[in-house]
Amino acid sequence: MSDVVEMARLMQGNEAVVEGALAAGVRFFAGYPITPSTEIAELMAERLPGLGGKFIQMEDEIASMAAVIGASLAGVKALTATSGPGFSLKQENIGYAAMAEIPCVIVNVQRWGPSTGIPTAPAQGDVMQARWGTHGDHPVIVLCPASVREAYMLAIRAVNLSEKYRVPVILLMDEVIGHMRERVILPRAGEVEVIERKKPAVEPKDYYPYRPGDDGVPPMANFGDGYRYHVTGLVHDEKGNPTTDPQVAENLILRLHRKIYDHLDDVITVEGYQLEDAEVVVVAYGAVARSAKRAVKDARAAGIKAGLFRPVTIWPFPEKEVAELARQARAVIVAEMNLGQLKGEVERAVQGRVRVTGVNRLNGELITFDEILSAIKEVTTDAQSG
Amino acid sequence: MLSQVESHLRSDRFPHIWCPGCGNGIVLSALVRAIEELGYDPDKTVVVSGIGCSSRAAGYLDFNTLHTTHGRALAFATGIKLARPELDVFVLMGDGDATAIGGNHFIHAARRNIDLTAIIFNNSIYGMTGGQYSPLTPPGKRATTAPYGNIERSFDIAELAKGAGATYVARATTYHATMLEKLIVAGARNKGFSVIEAITACPVGYGRRNKMGNGLQMLLWQKEQAVTVKQAEKMSPEELQDKIIIGELYRGEAPEYTAMYEEIIARTKGKNQ
Repeated sequence: MSDVVEMARLMQGNEAVVEGALAAGVRFFAGYPITPSTEIAELMAERLPGLGGKFIQMEDEIASMAAVIGASLAGVKALTATSGPGFSLKQENIGYAAMAEIPCVIVNVQRWGPSTGIPTAPAQGDVMQARWGTHGDHPVIVLCPASVREAYMLAIRAVNLSEKYRVPVILLMDEVIGHMRERVILPRAGEVEVIERKKPAVEPKDYYPYRPGDDGVPPMANFGDGYRYHVTGLVHDEKGNPTTDPQVAENLILRLHRKIYDHLDDVITVEGYQLEDAEVVVVAYGAVARSAKRAVKDARAAGIKAGLFRPVTIWPFPEKEVAELARQARAVIVAEMNLGQLKGEVERAVQGRVRVTGVNRLNGELITFDEILSAIKEVTTDAQSG
Repeated sequence: MLSQVESHLRSDRFPHIWCPGCGNGIVLSALVRAIEELGYDPDKTVVVSGIGCSSRAAGYLDFNTLHTTHGRALAFATGIKLARPELDVFVLMGDGDATAIGGNHFIHAARRNIDLTAIIFNNSIYGMTGGQYSPLTPPGKRATTAPYGNIERSFDIAELAKGAGATYVARATTYHATMLEKLIVAGARNKGFSVIEAITACPVGYGRRNKMGNGLQMLLWQKEQAVTVKQAEKMSPEELQDKIIIGELYRGEAPEYTAMYEEIIARTKGKNQ
């Protein structure tokens, strides 16, 4: 068997992440044990050496993130996995990766928080931490799978996007998707697109490590390949040298954003279900989207024109797509296992054109389809009487 | 020799940021001479540093240089070394960087005996932020955050490294620059985790507040306080009080981490996939 799993099999979400990452060329993992993501570390420890890759269990979450960045800079695709408290600890070095433009993937299998919370219970409380967890304005890409197969596909996509845009990519799972087992049929070897980072086309003496190409992304030389250069988390010029020049600082931070925001069509993916004539749009992501889909089906059966909008990329937020839905919908419902973290973004996008209602649950249990169905019926009645 | 040293410097980055009398340049120079003597290929040489005055040294060196986050240099370096064991990796840290915020990474890098050469610039203070006490500020000394005298005991970096499993431990001062260079060479040749503590002067952030004089006077203080390992053997604990023992302090035997991992790869490659 090759490094791409080919057969239909029963697979756990966390396992799918490992297989997807390996298929995308990840050959380095550094991590620290934490529920509910630990299976990812365990499987990586088992699988990587056989592929010539490296696994290391570091002394803490901070070190794991640092080691991943180091390995990536040395030219090896690298990934780490964690959950809420560990994700908090990784934030400083995630910011470093954003600033120094080192490709890397961070899997966060969300659990109930804050603090130790309920380690084995699902939640979606890290939506904002994934976007704004490290200090300063910074770009980040966050992907959110809703099935085991999608965990596999998005692990590949996360690695690809991180290599392509030289940006940390966060695969934001939840405990349900991480621990759920489903029958999956995965693509055959060669059927998945694997993207490699752009290498410099110039001689070392002409290399400016932070001079961007037309796409805003600088070609990246690996340490040890003959391009000796400086990498720092300080504001730096195109040579990589630190500076406090206001113009250089502003140009740098704007370029870091532009390289992502100029390519939203490539970065953002969404899924729609029965949206064409939907008057009630349910927005849901991760495991909750599964309940939402069933609720939409049942609502349709009851004669309500409901639809599901599922952001697969949750950051950058698909603002344009949500704004378009607001033109046709009479009501929008955002269902999430938190107190309304993505709802705020939806409200921002719809700009008051339509009422946005939250279905929120924060007791460690998945939102059920009937809760969402009740909300759909309620807003339908409100809209008719209003 | 000077021209050889210069060839490894990014001279366009000068003047450096260090204060007059600072000893960091002496450590930097010893490191460059050591790398020259080791004959390492600059393209395969990596210098990783943390945050603080000393960690700015990486930016002046014409190797693959990585200026990381505060305390985390060894963790970044572990990723580089494990990913590509053929690279020669030096890690430059300050005393607060390595033993306070980075203390956990320090003991674990030593425990793994991963083949990194760590050089700790020990100036007894947080210099970059203006003179706060560090885990290496001696008891009784003053710092901006210890205005009435430091009441914390300080680490012995060498004992800490040895206890945690480092297989090469040495110490020199910036007064003993040639010795420092030789110790760095020997540390780099050790196949495992090597620690070289370089006692360096911070006249502005530490010396002034503790009435130790200017940079030159602090260098001479290093000369007076230092005793070699050989001299120390003949001295009583009382006589050694407040002395700085310099030279090669410890050598140990232990398997090196990346070599052990390569053995796992050799055992599992192509199997059980």
